[in-house]
Amino acid sequence: MATWTWFHKLGSPPHVYRIAGRFAPWFGWGALLCIVYGLFGGLVLAPPDYQQKDAFRIIYVHAPAAWLSLSCYTAMAVAAFVGLVWRMKIAHAAAAALAPVGASFAFVCLATGSLWGRPMWGTWWEWDARLTSQLILLFLYLGYMALRSAHDDLQRADRSSAVLAIVGVVNVPIIHYSVYWWNSLHQGATVMKADRPSMPTEMLVPLLVMFLGFTLFQLWVLCTRLRAEILDRERNARWLQEQLREGA
Amino acid sequence: MNQWASFGEWLAMGGYAAYVWPSIGLAIGTLLLNMVMARRRHAQALQRALRRLAVDGNGNGEA
Repeated sequence: MATWTWFHKLGSPPHVYRIAGRFAPWFGWGALLCIVYGLFGGLVLAPPDYQQKDAFRIIYVHAPAAWLSLSCYTAMAVAAFVGLVWRMKIAHAAAAALAPVGASFAFVCLATGSLWGRPMWGTWWEWDARLTSQLILLFLYLGYMALRSAHDDLQRADRSSAVLAIVGVVNVPIIHYSVYWWNSLHQGATVMKADRPSMPTEMLVPLLVMFLGFTLFQLWVLCTRLRAEILDRERNARWLQEQLREGA
Repeated sequence: MNQWASFGEWLAMGGYAAYVWPSIGLAIGTLLLNMVMARRRHAQALQRALRRLAVDGNGNGEA
């Protein structure tokens, strides 16, 4: 079946190495265009918020950073699960490739949230459900990376870190729904909710473009780091040597 | 666009400059850092692979 050839190709390092190399420039340039336009639209074109005035503009980096940190963690957990269940090495490699970018944007999300919270709520930090669960996400990323580097044996590193990634994924819906389940200081969803987004178009479009830009950036990082993982892992493979002779 | 009377007013961000600009700067800095580190990671892995290839060109052994 066509679906399964596709799945098998995804498990083949030579195929993934080439595909990632071919897609990376598109993701990279796409990300650059989206982020430049999104920042211009958000910081210059969009009108100030009627309540928060110009402080609301922090949303153009805060919300995309939150999105990146969550989508990246989810992808990492799915890859770790595939690696664990089907013993697919490349899936473990993908999970490992995703961790640093996710971790750094989990931090950006917290830091920009803090900078936004100070003028709006009057506090840098509050032990509130949304903020605490996002902090746990950062610790899960850091734990995942620490666990990987604690093992000299790559297979063991893959397997034990995969278990942590999979267990930690329960935190993802907790972060998303925390503002509804608990009485939170954090505002509810603006974009990702059932009815129409509660934002005028001039504000919304740059934000959506920023979401797209951060997603493309994450894919660029994934492609680049995954290629590095493959180069390190496929030590003796003949295809790699041929590929390198041709000029990678 | 005509909401900003001057460049200085834009920089002032309605009095929230101290919160808005560090946020934007941190995000851009983190994007750049991730870019540099991912590229370096790939370049290093490529160097190692090429070195292995130079040591053992026939594709059978471990360098």
